[in-house]
Amino acid sequence: MLFGIYRTFLIAAVVVAVWLLAAGDQAVATPSNVAQIVIKDFMFAPDSLTIKAGTTVTWSNKDDEPHSVVSDTGLFRSGARDTDETFSFRFDQPGIYHFTCSIHPKMVGTIIVE
Amino acid sequence: MSDEKLLQSRRNALKCMAYGGAGTLFVLAGGVLTPLDLAKAADDKPGTARLGKPLFVQISDTHIGFNKDANPDVGGTLTQTIDMVNGMAEQPALIIHTGDISHLSRPAEFDQAQQMFARFRTTELHTVPGEHDTQDPTVTEYFNRFGKASDNKGYYSFDHAGVHFIALVNVLQFKPGGLGTLGPDQLAWVAADLKGRSSSTPIVVFAHMPLWTIYEPWGWGTGDADQLMAPLRRFGSVTVLNGHIHQIVQKVEGNITFHTARSTAYPQPAAGEGPGPSPLKVPADQLPGMLGVTSVSVVTHPSSMLMSDTTLAPA
Repeated sequence: MLFGIYRTFLIAAVVVAVWLLAAGDQAVATPSNVAQIVIKDFMFAPDSLTIKAGTTVTWSNKDDEPHSVVSDTGLFRSGARDTDETFSFRFDQPGIYHFTCSIHPKMVGTIIVE
Repeated sequence: MSDEKLLQSRRNALKCMAYGGAGTLFVLAGGVLTPLDLAKAADDKPGTARLGKPLFVQISDTHIGFNKDANPDVGGTLTQTIDMVNGMAEQPALIIHTGDISHLSRPAEFDQAQQMFARFRTTELHTVPGEHDTQDPTVTEYFNRFGKASDNKGYYSFDHAGVHFIALVNVLQFKPGGLGTLGPDQLAWVAADLKGRSSSTPIVVFAHMPLWTIYEPWGWGTGDADQLMAPLRRFGSVTVLNGHIHQIVQKVEGNITFHTARSTAYPQPAAGEGPGPSPLKVPADQLPGMLGVTSVSVVTHPSSMLMSDTTLAPA
């Protein structure tokens, strides 16, 4: 019986924790402040992306070849990202940010932060 | 080499191409690269003596750390490569690695590669970095292990058996959207390094990315390579060796012979075939024929270079 009460408390605690986490997630990561760029066939897709300040961009490598994401100004540098590995960066300041793959410099892209 | 012999060589070369597979021997005489039938050259005793001692073997694009379908065992194929070189009757004086030692610039990859290179019977190893070796933010993993010869600049020169070797780096100053770059400092250093040398000195230049434009859309070239060629043109025998494209492509321009080596890890598609230079998956029985090394001998009278490409496929 005692065990049953503890279990009820435990379930209630978990429910509250999940609700809090979900609420927290909503506050921090609504769809409007995350964005995705896929790296596939030696291209960034999209190769130009307009976002709001505070948005976190995640690049995902879907090629069998490693790629990287390097800011032209040195603001960020991912290092080599192998197949299915990702790199994320949050853009807080409005501006135009050019980036390239430092393994295949023919690959270039732009983030416009409003 | 007399014209008659050259013609004979060319006939043999055509025969060799007809046989295929076994490996081709290239004779560079007076700036003209002439392929020979490797099997015939081996049978021809006086001819073999003329080939002289192998000066060096070029290995390239070992990509330790790669584990995809195109070759899940790059350590295994490098081991086979090392065994093949160690099995040569005449051991080369030097081993030259033209970059992409590692796949992702990770310490464990470099450590494994170094341990494997220690198995070469030839102990003198010269390297240049590829772009896969320079992806850590400070490029310290490559330079900590291989930077001594160049004082961590990546480029250096040395002499061996009367041949002047120039090691160059074209993967450290990429411009977005551009090709490989040597940069003004390195170009000035090369011009100074060559100044005062006799034009009869055989020159071997090696770097990772091709030092001529093979395919611009895939970045297979070096944007400022023309400025490198200017001080090289007066020399009677210049051999330019690269890796990067995982297949053999050659060009002769005056006295300058350009040659890219196979990888020991995996092949890449021919220029423009497919969306980009991805690892090329081929049937397992075809893979050894697409991996291998280049060996180069020197002939002293007259000064010239002999190149031969050998694959991992059983002869």
